[in-house]
Amino acid sequence: MGGCRVKTLILILRSEIRLALHQIGDSAIIVLFFILAAVLFPLGIGPEPKLLPLLAPGVIWIMALLAAMLSFERLFTPDYEDGSLEQFAICPAPLEIIALAKATAHWLVTGLPLIIASPLIAMLYRLPDSGYSVLLTTMALGTPAISLIGTAGAAMILGARRGGVLLSLLVIPLMLPILIFGAAAIDATVSGFPVGQHLMLMGGFLLGSLVITPLATAAALRQSLE
Amino acid sequence: MIKQYANPARFNRLAGTLLPWLAWPAAFLILIGLYFGLFNSPPDYQQGNTVRIMYVHVPSAWMALFIYTFMAVSSAVGLIWKHPLAHLSAQAAAPIGTCFTFICLVTGSLWGKTMWGTWWVWDARLTSVLILFFLYLGFIALHSAFDNPTRGERSSAILGIIGFINVPIIKFSVDWWNTLHQPASVLKMSGPTIHSSMLTPLLIMAVGFTLYFFSLLLLRMKTLMIRRRARALNIAHIHQPGAE
Repeated sequence: MGGCRVKTLILILRSEIRLALHQIGDSAIIVLFFILAAVLFPLGIGPEPKLLPLLAPGVIWIMALLAAMLSFERLFTPDYEDGSLEQFAICPAPLEIIALAKATAHWLVTGLPLIIASPLIAMLYRLPDSGYSVLLTTMALGTPAISLIGTAGAAMILGARRGGVLLSLLVIPLMLPILIFGAAAIDATVSGFPVGQHLMLMGGFLLGSLVITPLATAAALRQSLE
Repeated sequence: MIKQYANPARFNRLAGTLLPWLAWPAAFLILIGLYFGLFNSPPDYQQGNTVRIMYVHVPSAWMALFIYTFMAVSSAVGLIWKHPLAHLSAQAAAPIGTCFTFICLVTGSLWGKTMWGTWWVWDARLTSVLILFFLYLGFIALHSAFDNPTRGERSSAILGIIGFINVPIIKFSVDWWNTLHQPASVLKMSGPTIHSSMLTPLLIMAVGFTLYFFSLLLLRMKTLMIRRRARALNIAHIHQPGAE
């Protein structure tokens, strides 16, 4: 049985990634939004060389959160509409595994590109060199948690009116710890403070969401099929 | 015993009997509590008369947490045992909890302006209560976003249960982080560190608010049931063959 689950996980992952590669433009648009929105701040506030490095951690994290929001609405909708979701439900592997596979695939096609693009924004904002490694660490810990929570949200709004806006309202409050500790860790390292506790809290948050969100996603998917 | 009240008519009768026994004591206790709090309790040695905001602020904060817990438990009961009244009670409780959270934020803000010199600080306690406020709004929004009401109540039930994680975070935020907000002084393992002349009106207010919540809850549940019934009758009327 365990082997079957891993097999299903890998199969779904593979098909999801293949689908995403066919529509590589979707991922590209999200990364472009991430960069474009971050560029708006220096243009709106004025390119103050002293101010920009202070803004960098917060702006990068807020924009990563908002960019990810754009990608969740259609996460389950095509499967819901064409009946694949019902096939997933009668598949021998539990729906929790499918939820986990969906979240992993989402992270690979959205979270990973955001991580890769984040140093570019840090550069535009003149983040001090000491901040880059912590920036990448927080992104690596935070974006999977965003994918997991967003997947649960996407399952909850399946079939709702105004799904996209509603989704942001539901999941952003749950994601605030990621924003708070992610930005705080980068701030701390730039000002020379230890970052261990921030990173540990983020890691704990990621592990917690890894346990809770597949259960919530599966429960939400199940009730949408009843 | 609980199963028995799944019958709407029976529940309605019970709610009708209970309502005056909850509502009148609630009104009485809140009036007594306000009298003691505003006129018949000592001013604080540091804060002076400003401390009287506490008699509204602290009980509404407790209610905000209590109602969210109630909502999460109701949602879980509704999902697990499919008791028909469970989702209804969660739906009825949500706007009441939102209002208590709002009162807590507003009174806290007024208190903060006089004591800390600012309407708002971004410390852990205030931020986590603000998140609670958004969780309540998210619950209500998700509940009403579906054409099929069953979908709405189940989806929002799952959200309500996940959001419960925030409740212990709010409770312990003043212990875990260095905050401007003062640490707990009533619900502590070592006993309350607040003088009885202030504790008594505070507890009277808390009991009054709790009774007020339950009377409002029963009233709202009755209203929601009537609304649901009206909707069903309306649909039956439309689908009736030969109807105009």
